Amino acid sequence: LQLSRECPFASAGSPCHALVFQDGGFLKTLCSQNRIEEKRRAALLGGGQARIDAQHKRGKLTARERILLLLDPDSFDEYDMFVEHRCTDFGMDSSKNKYPGDSVVTGRGRINGRLAYVFSQDFTVFGGSLSGAHAQKICKIMDQAAMVGAPVIGLNDSGGARIQEGVESLAGYADIFLRNVLCSGVIPQISLIMGPCAGGAVYSPALTDFTFMVKDTSYLFITGPDVVKSVTNEDVTQEQLGGAKTHTAVSGVAHRAFENDIDALLNLREFFNYLPLSNRDPAPVCECHDPSDRPVPELDTIVPSESAKAYDMLDIIHSIVDEREFFEIMPSYARNIVVGFARMNGRTVGIVGNQPKVASGCLDINSSVKGARFVRFCDAFNIPLITFVDVPGFLPGTAQEYGGIIRHGAKLLFAFAEATVPKITVITRKAYGGAYDVMSSKHLRGDVNYAWPTAEVAVMGAKGAVQIIFRGKEANAEEEYVDKFANPFPAAIRGFVDDIIQPSTTRTRICHDLDVLASKSQSSPWKKHANIPL
Amino acid sequence: CNKIIVHVKMADEAVCVGPAPTSKSYLNMDAIMEVIRKTRAQAVHPGYGFLSENKEFARRLASEGVTFIGPDTHAIQAMGDKIESKLLAKNAKVNTIPGFDGVVKDADEAVRIAREIGYPVMIKASAGGGGKGMRIAWDDEETREGFRFSSQEAASSFGDDRLLIEKFIDNPRHIEIQVLADKHGNALWLNERECSIQRRNQKVVEEAPSTFLDPETRRAMGEQAVALAKAVKYSSAGTVEFLVDSSKNFYFLEMNTRLQVRKTTLQIQENLLTEKIYSHKPSYARLCSSEPLHSTQVRVDSGIQQGSDISIYYDPMISKLITYGSNRAEALKRMEEALDNYVIRGVAHNISLLREVIVHPRFVQGDISTKFLPEVYPDGFKGHKLTDHERRQLLATAASLYVAEQLRSQRFLGTPRIPIAKSKRSSWELSVHLGDGIYPVAVSKDGSSFSVEVDGMKLNVTSEWNLASPLLSVTIDGTQRTIQRISRNASGETSIQFLGTVYKLQILTKVAAELSKYMPEKAAEDTSSILRSPMPGTVVAVSVKPGDMVSEGQEICVIEAMKMQNSMIAAKTGKVKAVHCKAGDTVGEEDLLVELE
Repeated sequence: LQLSRECPFASAGSPCHALVFQDGGFLKTLCSQNRIEEKRRAALLGGGQARIDAQHKRGKLTARERILLLLDPDSFDEYDMFVEHRCTDFGMDSSKNKYPGDSVVTGRGRINGRLAYVFSQDFTVFGGSLSGAHAQKICKIMDQAAMVGAPVIGLNDSGGARIQEGVESLAGYADIFLRNVLCSGVIPQISLIMGPCAGGAVYSPALTDFTFMVKDTSYLFITGPDVVKSVTNEDVTQEQLGGAKTHTAVSGVAHRAFENDIDALLNLREFFNYLPLSNRDPAPVCECHDPSDRPVPELDTIVPSESAKAYDMLDIIHSIVDEREFFEIMPSYARNIVVGFARMNGRTVGIVGNQPKVASGCLDINSSVKGARFVRFCDAFNIPLITFVDVPGFLPGTAQEYGGIIRHGAKLLFAFAEATVPKITVITRKAYGGAYDVMSSKHLRGDVNYAWPTAEVAVMGAKGAVQIIFRGKEANAEEEYVDKFANPFPAAIRGFVDDIIQPSTTRTRICHDLDVLASKSQSSPWKKHANIPL
Repeated sequence: CNKIIVHVKMADEAVCVGPAPTSKSYLNMDAIMEVIRKTRAQAVHPGYGFLSENKEFARRLASEGVTFIGPDTHAIQAMGDKIESKLLAKNAKVNTIPGFDGVVKDADEAVRIAREIGYPVMIKASAGGGGKGMRIAWDDEETREGFRFSSQEAASSFGDDRLLIEKFIDNPRHIEIQVLADKHGNALWLNERECSIQRRNQKVVEEAPSTFLDPETRRAMGEQAVALAKAVKYSSAGTVEFLVDSSKNFYFLEMNTRLQVRKTTLQIQENLLTEKIYSHKPSYARLCSSEPLHSTQVRVDSGIQQGSDISIYYDPMISKLITYGSNRAEALKRMEEALDNYVIRGVAHNISLLREVIVHPRFVQGDISTKFLPEVYPDGFKGHKLTDHERRQLLATAASLYVAEQLRSQRFLGTPRIPIAKSKRSSWELSVHLGDGIYPVAVSKDGSSFSVEVDGMKLNVTSEWNLASPLLSVTIDGTQRTIQRISRNASGETSIQFLGTVYKLQILTKVAAELSKYMPEKAAEDTSSILRSPMPGTVVAVSVKPGDMVSEGQEICVIEAMKMQNSMIAAKTGKVKAVHCKAGDTVGEEDLLVELE
């Protein structure tokens, strides 16, 4: 054993007290424990205390604090803590511009004991900008997640591409996009936008299954307000252009927004419990204290006797599902349809319901797209679908026709028809026209279709129908039409609904059905992939 | 029509007498007479209130040969009119309150009479009952004002604006005697009921026997009640109400000639306590859950079920909760338990107040009057005030509940492909936000129970931790408490009903609580003061104009879209600043409809 020369990894900024010895012609270099610890300490500090303080001042947590709150205590196993960027231009190769781990923290951990892969962009290092190394780190955990079959959660807080790296950075984005696409439908992918996310970067969250945002501190846009001003001469603030409110209520880009970092991460933990780890796993079943045969007496009177009077579909959903817990997806967008996750006897289910309280629960472009995407997620990940129908039809008008309601409405129809997970449908009141067919009807391979006594399955409302049939000449025709169609019998005698049930028994019936349908197996003809009307 | 009411459901045949406003249904004699003819009904039970004391209605029934279930027309007429009843009572040698036995013509006369009697005086509707059209005046100015208000209220409530004035008895107790009389001139009195705990002249707590009466006073009151019943040839069950002053002088107040709702006294000869559970803000609230209590010596009288609408048109009473026991303490204890176990969701209610009253030292000692509530809660009732000991119990319970929930969320059924990492954690450091305080709470799991450290004190908390049940029985250091978890969310926010009052808490892990100091303070976004159209449609009706005061939940306008009427309601209480739409307007999504100040 012989001390021979300097450690090759030492630099002026971080001297290394290396022990180098010669052994049979090979030089072995062992860095001292000190050096490793020092790198780790540097990695844990990210961009340094000053930048951490600045991050806190903006009302944001650091990348590592976020991971701490998201994962179970002491469960985080970090990858690539020593990875550094490789850029040598613009003085980037100086030691003060090197941060161990670069601008992202990656690894795996547990959420309520279940495995998840996580990356958390570190805004304190070069504004969280994406270098080649940064992208490589993300790709590594995505590849692992896909192999193992566990979800990927991305905590986005990045200024965009690492401009110093040029095409290296763009390549990095594309590497991530490709993986987002290949993982789609294989493992759940969740994006939580916790800071800026602009330019090409937005397409990674857009490709994932769910995009959540933090109110007031996160933004998503293709180009920021300055570029918008110079190109279109529009004056717009960051918040108006791509804030949480814009994307959850207007654009439909984000699925939900939370008050602050802590609120978002705690909700994400709860959300995670609804998801299977991959498309190979069944929907998880949690310990449930709510009796599966619990009667729900208030449902017997919830649908108003006046056909034109609204009620809240959320009341029905809350009272039927386990413990009134419903994780709503896109609660502020296209509110005429309600979608979200709940549990029935402990098992995750996806709920779709028309909302009579908003625009009478009609289907329009936005609600069709919202519903379709949710249905496809559930189908991809073995989550049974429960559909509550009270739909007066598709929304008429030029705005809808010019916007392509035919094309977009077809998406929801396509999604329901294609889905092979257990499908249970309850018609609470109106099921009119084509919208009846669309809303997980028997004809689209619905497994169990129920009608409440208040159900009306018909081509249209009585008034319109009578005007067409009799041209308004027949006096009692409307009454006759109501008598014939404003009840569940026409559908029931044809077997289009399997039973007319007392609303108070709905929970019990659905729980029983789900038990039986757990072993459902159904397939579609071989295809490369279907061609959903995008 | 309210089809969801128990008695309507139980009836063989139900006929709608008209739309919800009482003036168009239960007070609409023509409509009711029409239904009687159509169904060939032989007898009519007029309900409680409404037309039950209306002499004109009784007369019309008699003329059609239909039996009125209740006392006869003469008694209704005599007792229904406060002026006439007072004269009758005087003649029957029943003690009456000094006052003016006639109709007051105008405000000037009201002042003159008030001065004669001596202040304070009570101005009330001649045809009234239940506190409507009633005002107390301490000087001339208040008399004028009271006269104006009472006559308006009397006109709108009873269609009869006649008023009378009498001496106002300070610090009175309200005690009433139940009488029974038949058509053969027999009459007897049963024991009394004390109804001194009142809110705006509505009885809230009733108790029998009264803690205040001695046998002598009781007998004197009973005998006078019977004398009155006989004087009006009464032939039914009825209640004679008295005011009793602190020297046990009693004065006849009025006689309720309707079949009484409060017949419980007749059946039960033990100490008895009745509490009226009311809903607040009864603007079409929907009772989404109400679990009646099943226990011996507890009884719930209610016509309302899960799913019933508690509409603005009727009495917002949800139920009467009755407990009894072999002594007063037992009845009170049972009431306390019954209130803790009473589950009501979907509507605001007064259980916290009721529970607070029955444990209040003044109530327990029997030191009450009709002024109890305004005296004890001069600024209104704001919920139970926790003692340090109670606060520790609440914190320990909430923290244990949080941990029980956390532990459950790690329990999955079945054998997952990727094994679940079992947490070996057995202690939790939490930070609980309650009211203005933030309390560090340490919880450690100790077999099936939790050992909780709060304020340096250790508490042992056990329960079955059924997280789906609305009621949770928790034992804290040997003390059993029934709590209700009203809500929870992922952010650790929870509201728990404890000792009758609902407390809001936020529970975070110590780590999260420490990091929360970096979270931005946000000014509450005020979307409550603007009302926008949620969809394209037509404005059918606008119920407000600029300058109007609206209360939270009140209907502001109605939008029709796709042939459905959607009621737009105020998100807060306030004054209308501007109205941007009128009936008939077509509005687009997100169009500004109404602004509040």
